[in-house]
Amino acid sequence: MFQVRIHGRGGQGVVTAAELIAQAAFDGGRFAQAFPSFGSERTGAPVVAFARISDKEIRVREPIMAPDAIIVQDETLLGAIDVFNGLSPSGYVLINSTKSLTELGLKESDIVKIRSMTVPATQLALEYLGRPVPNAVLLGAFASLTNVISLEAVNKAITDRFSSKLAAGNCAAATAAYEFVRTKLKEPTHA
Amino acid sequence: MLKQVEGSKAVADAVACCRPEVICAYPISPQTHIVEGLSRLVKAGDLKNCEFVNVESEFAAMSVAIGASAAGARTYTATASQGLLFMVEAVFNASGLGLPIVMTVANRAIGGPINIWNDHSDSMSQRDSGWIQLYAETNQEAADLHVQAFRIAEELSLPVMVCMDGFILTHASERVDIPDQEQVDAFLPPYSPRQVLDPNEPVSIGAMVGPEAFMEVRYMAHAKTLRALEKIPEVAKDFEKVFNRDSGGLVRPYQCEDAETVIIALGSVLGTIKDVVDELRAKGTSIGVLGIITFRPFPFEAVREALQNAKRVVVIEKAFSIGIGGIVAENVKDAVSAQTPIYTVIAGLGGRPITKSSLHALFHQSFNDSLEPLTFLDLDQDLVEREIIREESK
Repeated sequence: MFQVRIHGRGGQGVVTAAELIAQAAFDGGRFAQAFPSFGSERTGAPVVAFARISDKEIRVREPIMAPDAIIVQDETLLGAIDVFNGLSPSGYVLINSTKSLTELGLKESDIVKIRSMTVPATQLALEYLGRPVPNAVLLGAFASLTNVISLEAVNKAITDRFSSKLAAGNCAAATAAYEFVRTKLKEPTHA
Repeated sequence: MLKQVEGSKAVADAVACCRPEVICAYPISPQTHIVEGLSRLVKAGDLKNCEFVNVESEFAAMSVAIGASAAGARTYTATASQGLLFMVEAVFNASGLGLPIVMTVANRAIGGPINIWNDHSDSMSQRDSGWIQLYAETNQEAADLHVQAFRIAEELSLPVMVCMDGFILTHASERVDIPDQEQVDAFLPPYSPRQVLDPNEPVSIGAMVGPEAFMEVRYMAHAKTLRALEKIPEVAKDFEKVFNRDSGGLVRPYQCEDAETVIIALGSVLGTIKDVVDELRAKGTSIGVLGIITFRPFPFEAVREALQNAKRVVVIEKAFSIGIGGIVAENVKDAVSAQTPIYTVIAGLGGRPITKSSLHALFHQSFNDSLEPLTFLDLDQDLVEREIIREESK
């Protein structure tokens, strides 16, 4: 079972991102579960959503406390809440930011460097979509970093979910994020 | 059709396949997505011959449902929490009048203090309302139980409440085989009411009954409700024939047959418990779990049969009777011998997550019978003790 926790703020499509991961996994013939953290969500308030992927039926209903991957849609959450809580020692971290991990003040102890990365998802969203919504874009990066779901499955889930114009922009941005991560993984620090 | 879908959407689609003729509802979290989904289907013309009635309150929702059902329409509504409490007067009338209304309760805590998260306090407060109560373990079962509920309700002339955990199921996206129209049509015949309000052939429904006959009327309601204990397994069997999957029924035993310790629960927490049972079984522990799907009427015989080899029983419940303790456990006690210890565990109130690690610790305590008769899972003992001392010193 692969478990993902997504942190963001109300209005950034945190729950949608979890559902898209589940949809992409389902389209790949696997079992998936996505659920929100059931708060009184308000625009701008910290929001958490979860996704599980498995080859078997998923029965467990507890919140994800030891994620294999964490996606942070808003870097301003880093000082506000412990987004890394319970992260598996071999876990993946994906942060939406134009800064580097070091510039964000993250210590070696917070993260495993080779599996952690920042992606300028909001900038990519603005460029390809014209809107600062990073959720679907980050999933392209997620596919590239983890190989748990494919970019094709991500783009299909996006296409099934959104209207054609919104879908096209999101797919283009997700693909750009996918390539961004692929290029970055080839850099010496990630070798 | 197999889909990755939100629980509420799965239920809306399943209900739509049942061809309801009147839907009335008032929005309240976490039920809202269900009736929103249905309203969209009606508006788009995908759900034909159905009137979607917007009402001003839950009391009105159940009142409209009663009127529609009495006039011979297949009727559906949905609610949760305070909404269910607001309609209570009419809830009792619906069952008293024998009207086969189907209602989803997206289980949520009741106030005060106000809390929007999941537990079973809402539907449990209506356990004596004369409605049949079914509890879904998964979104697949939630969708399937609605299809079965219309059959059960209409064949018995009794209303049915389908309870599904708010948020945990209603807002979770998972794999669901959505019943398709042809299958539902093969399983659920059109509604033919036993009695209809018709201006051309006037009858009275719900006239006053005095002391000379009221006891008899209530007894008849009891006798009729008990017939559900035969009807529900029959309907589940028919459902399996048409849909080729096991959904519904009275109870669902899992690894129970030879189990020394049997856990009992209702609803979605059963999934988490099953994972824990498998982990404990792998280490050689004799443990199983019994899911109660039909809580009203209470399936005494089926529970008794499933517990016949149990050395102890742990009942995990998401509601409780303040001043007494367990609700489900009190019912279970009547189904087992007085020698079998029954531990009541109140868990998950107001959305407190029920985790595998807490369940492991709890079950281990039960194995050497060191559990208290009444336990509140993950209660902050220090906090409540401090508060009790502070209250007493006032």
